[in-house]
Amino acid sequence: MSEFDAAAHVAHMATVLELTIEPEWQPTVVANMAATARAAGLVLAFALDEHVEPAPVFEP
Amino acid sequence: MSAFDILFRPAHEIAADVSSRRISAREVTEVALDAIEARDGRLNAFTDVTAERAIAEANRVDAAVIRGDALPLAGVPYAVKNLFDVEDVVTRAGSKINRDNAPALRDATLIEKMRAAGGVLLGALNMGEYAYDFTGENAHDGASLNPHDPSRMSGGSSSGSGTAVAAGMVAVSLGSDTNGSIRVPSSFCGLYGLKPTYGRLSRARTFPFVGSLDHLGPIARAPLDLALSFDAMQGADDADPALIPRPALPTVAGIGDGVTGLRIAVAGGYFQRQAKAEALAAVAHVATALGVTREIELPEAHRARAAAYLITTAESSALHLGRLQSRAGDYDPDTRDRFLSGAMVPAAWYVHAQRFRSWFRDEMRRLFDKVDVILAPSTPFHALPSGTKQIELDGVVLPARANIGIFTQPISFIGLPVVAVPVWLPGAALPIGVQVIAPAWREDIALRVAETLHASGATSAPVARLPD
Repeated sequence: MSEFDAAAHVAHMATVLELTIEPEWQPTVVANMAATARAAGLVLAFALDEHVEPAPVFEP
Repeated sequence: MSAFDILFRPAHEIAADVSSRRISAREVTEVALDAIEARDGRLNAFTDVTAERAIAEANRVDAAVIRGDALPLAGVPYAVKNLFDVEDVVTRAGSKINRDNAPALRDATLIEKMRAAGGVLLGALNMGEYAYDFTGENAHDGASLNPHDPSRMSGGSSSGSGTAVAAGMVAVSLGSDTNGSIRVPSSFCGLYGLKPTYGRLSRARTFPFVGSLDHLGPIARAPLDLALSFDAMQGADDADPALIPRPALPTVAGIGDGVTGLRIAVAGGYFQRQAKAEALAAVAHVATALGVTREIELPEAHRARAAAYLITTAESSALHLGRLQSRAGDYDPDTRDRFLSGAMVPAAWYVHAQRFRSWFRDEMRRLFDKVDVILAPSTPFHALPSGTKQIELDGVVLPARANIGIFTQPISFIGLPVVAVPVWLPGAALPIGVQVIAPAWREDIALRVAETLHASGATSAPVARLPD
């Protein structure tokens, strides 16, 4: 994954999702977003076979 | 002799005395109410005390005992994390927002089962807001404190569930565990905690956190008390879509069968690198008590933890989106900012994490072809001082709140059953927990190991000494 701009992502997604991020909350929200992106980096770096599926609980 | 002597005992002893009419459930309940009155002002475990209901339930238990009914939890005082629906009580789930809701119309399924087994409900317990917490701190209700050292965290998010049992106010509590929320307070408060297999116990009429990962289970001061509660709470329930229909697994009868023949190994690598000395010593202590020398590596455990983190933040925040849009200012600041960022997780990250979960489950199934039990620390350290914001692990400074559960998260990620056992190291002023991890659907194995440790004195869960 290329360098993730957590602040830009938060600003964009806040608009998309109609979320109000008060200025004093913003640094922590961005820090959390950056931490989540690091976790995603670890997970996405692990190649999985195409046939590995999630295991949702859904019984029609 | 303390006025609380009939209360400060394991649940199975109380139930045996009530069943044989040496004491009445009413007497036990009144002492429990006195203990809550005497102790909870300093510890803040309870958010709702259901005194009237408790007396009525106790009277009903006493009448049933006189009739000759066999009740495995006769007169056992217990309480539940306040995300369980309790009839006529508002299910606050640790939040400010949910207390605008109407009181629950019906008990959660597990409460109905505890009641049918003779349990007496004393009330609802403090918790981290919406269960997104490992500390036991709560901006709305205050922190639930550690009875062994009230300047320290109880652990969360089932914080009051740890505090209430460690302080002796109840013999059993019910909590929820999505990433470690039963095992962390069990570690910090020095208790036995059972996180059953994912899909084993009904979650009906409890407030959800992360549907993919939520479990419910008991905390107590003896493994047999966990087994009695677990056996009482099993059973099919159409009201929980994640409940997996399986034959019930009775665990009480065989809990004393010992560990002969079980292949037990200590988790290496990830589960040792970030552990403080006390966590490593606790695992070594349990391994020695069980005669275990073998070590085993869990594949990609660090990624399992990361994937659990992703699923947790994305799924929980999606559930909260409407509230985050309309009432973000009413959240606990410590959870709000995590929910807000969680709402912004790209779908591909979430789906990959769910796919990784399937991969990791399959790998762990293969690992359990070679072993029957895995031992790992419950937490990287003893209970932290209240208010701790940062911790240092393996030379890196990290936020405390998210990292207390690094050793529990990879295990609940794939729903494996765990009994957390409490270790008091020589000279230590605080306990610390060790996870006894069994293959899926084999809670009986983890309980047998815990009972062996408890019977030998290698692990124990004394009621905290507090001036009364």
